[in-house]
Amino acid sequence: MEQPQYGFWLPPNISTHGAEIDGLISTLHWFMAILFIGWGIYLIYCLIRFRARPGHEADVSGNTHFLIPKYIEIAIVIFEAGLLIFFAAPIWAKVKKNFPNEAESIVVKVTSEQFAWTIHYPGRDGKFGQLKTELIDGTNPVGLDREDPNGKDDILSPNILNIPVNKPVIVQLTAKDVIHSFSLPVMRVKQDAIPGMTIPLWFQATQTGKFEIACAQLCGVGHTQMRGFFNVMSQEEYDTWFNEEEKSLLGDAESATQPSGENQ
Amino acid sequence: MSNDTHNHSHSHSHGGAHALPFWRKYIFSTDHKTIGLQYGITAIFFLLFGFGLMLLMRWQLAYPKQAIPLIGKLFTEDGVLSPELYNQFGAMHGTIMVFLGVVPLAVGAFGNYLVPLQVGAQDMAFPKLNMLSYWAYFCGGVVMLGSFFSPNGAAASGWTSYPPLAVVADNGQSLWLIGMVFLITSSLLGSVNTIVTAIQLRVKGLSFMRWPIFVWAQVTTAFLLLLAFPPLEAAGVLQLMDRIAGTSFFLPSGLVVSGEALKVSGGGNPILWQHLFWFLAHPEVYVLILPAVGIVGEIIAVNTKKPLYGYKTLVYSLVFLGFMSFIVWAHHMFMTGMGVTMSTFFQATTMIISVPSVIILTTYLLTLWGASITYTVPMLFATAFLPMFAIGGLTGLPLGLTASDIHLHDTYYVIGHFHYVVAPGTLFALMAGVYFWYPKITGRFMSDTLGKIHFWLSVIAINGVFMPMFFMGMAGVSRRLYDQTIYAHGAAAQPLNVIMSVSAWILAVAQLPFLYNMATSWKTGKKVDSNNPWGGTTLEWAASSPPPHENFPTPVEVYRAPYEYSPNKKLLPQFVQEA
Repeated sequence: MEQPQYGFWLPPNISTHGAEIDGLISTLHWFMAILFIGWGIYLIYCLIRFRARPGHEADVSGNTHFLIPKYIEIAIVIFEAGLLIFFAAPIWAKVKKNFPNEAESIVVKVTSEQFAWTIHYPGRDGKFGQLKTELIDGTNPVGLDREDPNGKDDILSPNILNIPVNKPVIVQLTAKDVIHSFSLPVMRVKQDAIPGMTIPLWFQATQTGKFEIACAQLCGVGHTQMRGFFNVMSQEEYDTWFNEEEKSLLGDAESATQPSGENQ
Repeated sequence: MSNDTHNHSHSHSHGGAHALPFWRKYIFSTDHKTIGLQYGITAIFFLLFGFGLMLLMRWQLAYPKQAIPLIGKLFTEDGVLSPELYNQFGAMHGTIMVFLGVVPLAVGAFGNYLVPLQVGAQDMAFPKLNMLSYWAYFCGGVVMLGSFFSPNGAAASGWTSYPPLAVVADNGQSLWLIGMVFLITSSLLGSVNTIVTAIQLRVKGLSFMRWPIFVWAQVTTAFLLLLAFPPLEAAGVLQLMDRIAGTSFFLPSGLVVSGEALKVSGGGNPILWQHLFWFLAHPEVYVLILPAVGIVGEIIAVNTKKPLYGYKTLVYSLVFLGFMSFIVWAHHMFMTGMGVTMSTFFQATTMIISVPSVIILTTYLLTLWGASITYTVPMLFATAFLPMFAIGGLTGLPLGLTASDIHLHDTYYVIGHFHYVVAPGTLFALMAGVYFWYPKITGRFMSDTLGKIHFWLSVIAINGVFMPMFFMGMAGVSRRLYDQTIYAHGAAAQPLNVIMSVSAWILAVAQLPFLYNMATSWKTGKKVDSNNPWGGTTLEWAASSPPPHENFPTPVEVYRAPYEYSPNKKLLPQFVQEA
């Protein structure tokens, strides 16, 4: 897995939806550049041609009416409306609303706190164990009840999100204390994590590699250190990791005798 | 009617300004010009203070965890700016620049000094309210400054003070909220005064469509302050209650802070604060920019020696902009889990608000066509305002559309965007205004040479500060990071931080000629030879320089729209009768 190259412009995109966002960003910047350069040329031309000098006087009639700016203005409105209707709103709907089927996705809970991320996998049974505030301590940051049959096989991964490539991932995002923001720059994903709310988001990686999770919302004195990692693995690597974790949680025997989905 | 009201309110001072003792004339003054100057001087102090905080933060950003040379030991033992101080300075930089610097200078100083003059009034409609407004602002400033000396320092939760972070924060946050209550009260008193003065104290002949564009801008601004600030004042009190009285307006149930369940009743909602905050803070953006638009309009009209193009369009655009600014606020909250319907509404209103902004810029650009442009120092700053404001406005587009905002939200791109609007935008316009009205205020010009040095250094340095932010934001670097080099993409973009910091320090040095110029020209500047040294058309140029107490010893009258010229290119001020 090679390291991503970062620079002074958009980082590499490894998500299925990111290309559309990047396309919108670059279209907008071309549009802005054309307008700005157009205005700039006009401005500089005026500043030179209409400078005060002997023999030059201002046209004070106030009768001049310009039509071209009106057409430009109308064109801008149409262009912006087009971007909104045909690009921004549909991309938003795709990213924030049209969720993939849970059965075909990896579903995880991500709980943020000052200043760490806890990734909570439902384990082999696909069911999240109960969370209880009174069980929260240093080793159990989300208060997972291991006595709960659904919670026995749940994997808690501090600050590391492991996902397989080319498979949709659904994250149920929440926060324990203050507002954080779950930002995966290479995945073109950003979502505020708000205490008291669980907000779902989804993405699908197209490449394997090691990347970072950043906090994008000021969350206190350690905001800058609230760095997590996410590893996009091949399906085989992911399965290996997953089985190792399950084995260490349930022991060899139990893990082997309880194939996926039969814990209930 | 207006004159009656006015004479009544001033019956106590019929002896004129000279009869007043020093403390009534200069400290607890009710004269709008003195209050304007008080606002101006205090606001410039705060602007420099807020800028100073950022100059220190910029060292940490450029050279993370290295001791600040020379003065670092004043702040921490090892001279390295701590993350605690970094967050305090960041929160207070924003608060001070917006609420104690730009708004008091644009509205308190320029509005107070010029609105009565431009409508031909002898003073503000409510001179005592005006004084109260300044002193409420002053108290707010003292509370904010004092908060640095509270046990755990000043507020550190950003100028946006999002709960729950702000509610569980140290006591500096309580002082911040109390300070804000003073500042908001000050703005409310001031805005009522501006609206009543501009409307009720107009001299004969000054119909609304004859208002100078600056008055239109100030009145629109005053309505924004009047209508948008009360929700924040209420929200500020609610947050204070959450902090000190155990309420849970903004706290949901089940909070666990540092491993301990928080002992509060819960049931509140942190998003509610964001709605209340941005319901003010988006109109606030236009409070920052509209007075600047007004100032630039006046300066362009005078220095192009021709009428402003499309005055009526300009007025309608200003008012429409003010109205629209009330229904775009949630575009600051796209990442809070907003659905398709609500986000579509707010991005649609955001696109709509770009239309009057473009129209305003276009009318100014078209005014230049066929002009005879004199490059005075105020005109240089006003000219630079146009492309800088354009960059600020255009870069709002990718943030205003939800899909592109996903990548850019809460990155340096946002910081670059709004700083282009308020720093090389509004602040350049305010500097232009200082150079432009200084002769009216003091009877003397500021130095041209120092002014040009100030301009050219500033315009280059300020772009060095803010342009790299767009690239940094594109690279995905979150804002408010104490040390971005922890992240791989942050480390890659780090060289940009060095460019920004060095530019910021150059920008600071570039302000020295300005401050020196402002201080010394008061006594040594070139004297003005008339009431109207630039050739202006609006009413303030009918008053002497400086205008006496009660402004116009002989009554003035308005005969025409602003910015008119006779067919033989002769200047036709509003206050001169013959055509």
